[in-house]
Amino acid sequence: MSSPVISVSGLGKRYYLSHEKRQDTLRDSLTQQFRQLGRRLTGAATEPEGEEFWALRDVSFDVQQGDVIGIIGRNGAGKSTLLKILSRITEPTTGRVRLRGRIASLLEVGTGFHPELSGRENIFLNGAILGMSRAEIARKFDEIVAFAEVERFLDTPVKHYSSGMYVRLAFAVAAHLEPEILIVDEVLAVGDAAFQKKCLGKMQAVSRSDGRTVLFVSHNLQSIRQLCHSAVLLAGGQVQTSGPCARVLEFYQHGLAGPVVHVVPPPSADLLHCGYVTSVSVETLEGKPTSVFDVGQPWRIRVGFRIAKAQDQFVIAVGLLSPDGSPVQTSWFPPRNLAPGDYEAAFIQDKVILEAGSYTTVVGLSSHGHAFQQFQSERLDISGETVVGTYVCASSGVGVVLNSMRQELRKIP
Amino acid sequence: MAAIETPELILEAGRASRHYWADLWRYRELLGFLAWRDIKIRYKQTTLGVLWALIQPAVTLAVFTFIFGKLAGMPAGNVPYPLLVLCGLLPWQLFAAAFSNASGSLVANTHLISKVYFPRLIVPLSSVAVALIDFAVVLVLLAILCLWWQFAPDWRVLLLPLFVVLTLLTAIGTGLWLTALTVKYRDFRFVVPFLLQVGLFLSPVGFSSTNLPNWRFVYSLNPMVGAIDGFRWCLLRGEPALDPANLAISVAMAALLLASGLWYFRHTERTFADII
Repeated sequence: MSSPVISVSGLGKRYYLSHEKRQDTLRDSLTQQFRQLGRRLTGAATEPEGEEFWALRDVSFDVQQGDVIGIIGRNGAGKSTLLKILSRITEPTTGRVRLRGRIASLLEVGTGFHPELSGRENIFLNGAILGMSRAEIARKFDEIVAFAEVERFLDTPVKHYSSGMYVRLAFAVAAHLEPEILIVDEVLAVGDAAFQKKCLGKMQAVSRSDGRTVLFVSHNLQSIRQLCHSAVLLAGGQVQTSGPCARVLEFYQHGLAGPVVHVVPPPSADLLHCGYVTSVSVETLEGKPTSVFDVGQPWRIRVGFRIAKAQDQFVIAVGLLSPDGSPVQTSWFPPRNLAPGDYEAAFIQDKVILEAGSYTTVVGLSSHGHAFQQFQSERLDISGETVVGTYVCASSGVGVVLNSMRQELRKIP
Repeated sequence: MAAIETPELILEAGRASRHYWADLWRYRELLGFLAWRDIKIRYKQTTLGVLWALIQPAVTLAVFTFIFGKLAGMPAGNVPYPLLVLCGLLPWQLFAAAFSNASGSLVANTHLISKVYFPRLIVPLSSVAVALIDFAVVLVLLAILCLWWQFAPDWRVLLLPLFVVLTLLTAIGTGLWLTALTVKYRDFRFVVPFLLQVGLFLSPVGFSSTNLPNWRFVYSLNPMVGAIDGFRWCLLRGEPALDPANLAISVAMAALLLASGLWYFRHTERTFADII
């Protein structure tokens, strides 16, 4: 076997989190310096600046030429950091990466698009930013325009484009990059379903021709399965498992990917005296925490909260945001008066189910119609891998909510 | 195709790319595109458009002529006072525009820096191009004034590009410092307008530097003094004579600023995406 085109060994990336005290103004930095100087003079040990946080730790894997490899993992698992290092935007703290071949990365569609410039001008600008030469863009210009379906608006400033046209144009430029190694972040999660399909088809075509190597990050497990031969599962900045795509996906879907960590922000001082959420858990009806569900599978959200001061007309609500951020559904308890204490609310869903995709849960507390705590919590992946019950297709492309209506069919005599 | 061939690339902590300057050369088209973008959008949705590049120096010219020429009664040799002022304003405006564009360039292009790789030097370098366009417009104003006073420059005008370069190098050197510092410390956003305001009066824009015979050595530590004196010498038929020693000091200062600016920029560049 020839040597790998991408070889990652012992890769680590450290960030410093500075809580509360911001250090990015000169004054803070100066006072910090003086304090450290003072400590050094008095012989005290110097304090590290802020809390250390390893976004990636000891990550190693190889990618062979022509491989299409999917990178999966929860939010905060280090996927974006890994892509940023591979695309040379930021430097690793430890370890090394060897890359062989012309590399292009697509962490976002439409990077550098300028609203005041026309579609034609933006094609050239964006192409250049992505690393294409002027001659190359000119050669592919017609193809790009045809793919984006914006012929009539080529000379209109893109600020007047509809968001769909904008995204189509942006993806069209990116799709015509021809690097030997292509790094793609979750860019397929944009545009309407029909366009997403077109993009996926294009990605497939790109990866199948010329033995090009593709690194692909997505929350859409279906597209990962469709595109990738192998996958790497990241959790907490480390490689949890890697290998053939199907095996890694199975590992991920069956909740083996480490403990489910739910995002509950620490309560502010105001909330401490009022009431706040203490835990959020997305789980099966058997109480097994997971964030990946099959279409048709029942599930529930349990929210633990503490009431510090008696609340009148108290309401607890949860909501779901679709992959593109639009609100899909919400449920709330009727207003009631609650005495101080710890509570747990459960929201159970056993009928209506959503199309395959990656959703975000939202939790909110309010009293007298005034919301005092609201935040986005755990991501919820509904996979199109297997289907439970009577749901035949996992992604319809025409509706987020699947089969929630009562149905009747009769033969007219 | 292959404008960007990378046979093998190693990414490691603290490993400054050995191909940096070659990369910069490969990405020259991007430099052109970014400059073109800035020029293109500069006067979008303005009614007066490029006339704005004319209005500002014209008003400053009138005010300075009045204050320094009429009120303070400073000597101008045998040159009309407005011409003397305009020959100072030309390089100053070029410097001011190039410097302030370069200083704000990285933060203004945050979205690019956090999403795509390219040698970051391209950003401040391309931002300087807009200043050149405005400079060309003001040159037209100069030509009109020269016609008005029937004043024709001599052969020395051919050396003008050298002083344009000196002005640009000064602007880039200081701009690199400021733009890299601004990435980490946004305080420097407030320093730039202040520096420009003070610099306008510390440079011989409204008067001739021959008015300070005893201090010219120290005065020349400001590289813009050399640039402005050079502009006057080129355009006004060698009128205030150019002192080679003072000019050398200005050039040396400009070179020092550029070298240190480049060093600081390259030194901090690796962390831009993390802290911007």
